[in-house]
Amino acid sequence: MPTRLFSFFILILSLVCSTQVPASDHQDIKIAYITQEQQVPALEPFVADKGLQGALLGLKDSNTTGQFTDQNYLLEQVIVPIGGDVKAAFTELLTQGVQLIVVNLAAAQLEQLDQINKNQALLFDVATRTDAFRHKQCLSNVLHLLPSRAMRADALAQYMLKKRWNRWFLVQGNTPEDALYAQAIKRSAKRFGMKIVAEKKWLHTYDARRTAQSDIPVFTQVDDYDVLIVADEQGLFGEYISYRTWLPRPVIGTQGLVATAWHRTHEQWGAVQIQNRFKAMASRQMQEQDYAAYLAVRAIGEAVTRTRAMDAVSIKAYLLSADFKLQGYKGRPLSFRSWNGQLRQPVLLAAPTSLVTAAPLEGFLHPNNELDSLGYDQPETQCQ
Amino acid sequence: MNIKVLLSSALLLISTSSTAETVFVSLEKDNAIAVVDPIAGKLIKTVNIGQRPRGIKLSPDAQTLYIAVSDDDTVLEVDANTLSVIGKLPSGEDPETFAINSLGTRMYVSNEDDNQVTVIDLQSKQAVATVAVGVEPEGIAVSPDNQWIVSASETTNMVHWIDAKTHEIKANTLVDPRPRALSFSADGQQLWVTSEINGSLMVIDVATKEITQRIHFAVPGVGKEKIQPVGVVVDDIHQWAYVALGPANRVAVVNAQTYKVEKYLLVGARVWNLAFSPDQQRLYTTNGVSHDISIIDLAEHKVTKSIAVGRYPWGLAVKP
Repeated sequence: MPTRLFSFFILILSLVCSTQVPASDHQDIKIAYITQEQQVPALEPFVADKGLQGALLGLKDSNTTGQFTDQNYLLEQVIVPIGGDVKAAFTELLTQGVQLIVVNLAAAQLEQLDQINKNQALLFDVATRTDAFRHKQCLSNVLHLLPSRAMRADALAQYMLKKRWNRWFLVQGNTPEDALYAQAIKRSAKRFGMKIVAEKKWLHTYDARRTAQSDIPVFTQVDDYDVLIVADEQGLFGEYISYRTWLPRPVIGTQGLVATAWHRTHEQWGAVQIQNRFKAMASRQMQEQDYAAYLAVRAIGEAVTRTRAMDAVSIKAYLLSADFKLQGYKGRPLSFRSWNGQLRQPVLLAAPTSLVTAAPLEGFLHPNNELDSLGYDQPETQCQ
Repeated sequence: MNIKVLLSSALLLISTSSTAETVFVSLEKDNAIAVVDPIAGKLIKTVNIGQRPRGIKLSPDAQTLYIAVSDDDTVLEVDANTLSVIGKLPSGEDPETFAINSLGTRMYVSNEDDNQVTVIDLQSKQAVATVAVGVEPEGIAVSPDNQWIVSASETTNMVHWIDAKTHEIKANTLVDPRPRALSFSADGQQLWVTSEINGSLMVIDVATKEITQRIHFAVPGVGKEKIQPVGVVVDDIHQWAYVALGPANRVAVVNAQTYKVEKYLLVGARVWNLAFSPDQQRLYTTNGVSHDISIIDLAEHKVTKSIAVGRYPWGLAVKP
């Protein structure tokens, strides 16, 4: 029967371990969450507990699961005030023997903690997007939950390629982070065969009264281009560009159409459920850092439920194994890249009040996992 | 094995006698149900029913149709002959899926946002119990002997075994991520469960509550991340199981004896839920994104027809 030849199947007999949850010894799993209070840029609304609420929701969901497995999760919150000593607070956690630590801190601070840590605890970075940590200067016992700049730039590039916006005008702000973002954009341009036809640095004032109407039309008079890409991570001037360019062109990058791990308008793949749960708990919308912290705690929960181990070494081994598949409300199983600890995940492309699409887009293929079409892939990385 | 397949197919063909039957389809975005004559292959009519209808089931005597209208926070009781609403059941918030025992006396509703299962007495139309389960309960089923209610929680990744008499959870089986639908074999000895995120189908032995088989799917030319199993049904003679593969747009035909995937049938876009005809000669599928249902001839394992029904067909119930 030729039709039978079309049948492809893999059948795995489960002979490894028991799946029925046994009545067993009670376990308390201690997770720490460390962050530092900070001043926020003027344009952003102030959210005091960005990240923490996500960790708390992850804790709640894990404890709902834990009631059936006799496992209880505890979250120790360490919130260092402005000017406080983060390193001392972290050292204290290590002294207490905490093995699993969610870190919501800037890149430079994470790097310091990694040096103090010396592979004692497993760190879950829910804040940085630094490409260096995923590419050249990998941190050995750190898992990164948010997409890197390279992943975000690749997501945008896939969309621009699909729309045939092939000629880019790159506008870069003045901060070191803006330079890193612009670097990621240039890397993506090369990767996807796009052309940066104009490139300018924004050196004007940040005062909306002056910049918006007068400076931007003048500033954006360059040779013809398809799309303007703005690199302004702090949001100091990027918001003023849309609708004011000399030529009528879409704005994409850190403002306009943005690439993000999570967005309030995302509803597909069961996302409505977690958006509702989060709003009911935190009385606000879930933000990227909340999503990252939620996933960090849920990843720990999955590892603990399935292995009944609580130590950093076993949890890390499980999270980096092929068995680990995390449901992240984005339609594909999430997992960690073994070469740099980056969480593989779809990247959402969103306008302020609507979700445009999710990358990887249809047709961007990869020999192992389409999610690896975003960011530094194994052959590119210099990490071990 | 192929000979066996042919023989049984032939036997099924001989015993076939097409009788009139009606397929009711819930239309999530049209706030309506579609009434289809599958033998004639025609949409007869569409009836407005309530906000966002999803789960749909017939009572065992086929006289009452139950429809979860999620945005109205209730399960409607509808006369299956006249399609007039008889009553509303206290399902709890945002009901999506539910199961009815074989006596037609109890309904069990998954309350996804509240992490619980609500037990409704269908005679008094009262909620008589709630059972706390894992995060985001979705798939729910009652064992043929009415001893077990099984509830799958999508984020906790467990099947909870609830004693139907005491409403206590007696056991939990850890399953692959994001379990969606579950279905007992007719003899009540197996529970078949789909995992959307792992793309797998698990067979659980009801006596031991352990996973005994795990089946994966691979459709040529379709990326593995598109294989997201949802609905699953097993035929009464335990020969075939059918699995809706979601955005892979296929129904997998699984040999229920050998657990081999024998065939993939191309249906509509994002195939979601499945229901047998009363004589199990046909299988009906809801295809959410292509807004139609497909009819599969089970003797031949061929898709014979698709019928446009309305926007976002979700579930279906078949009245003899």
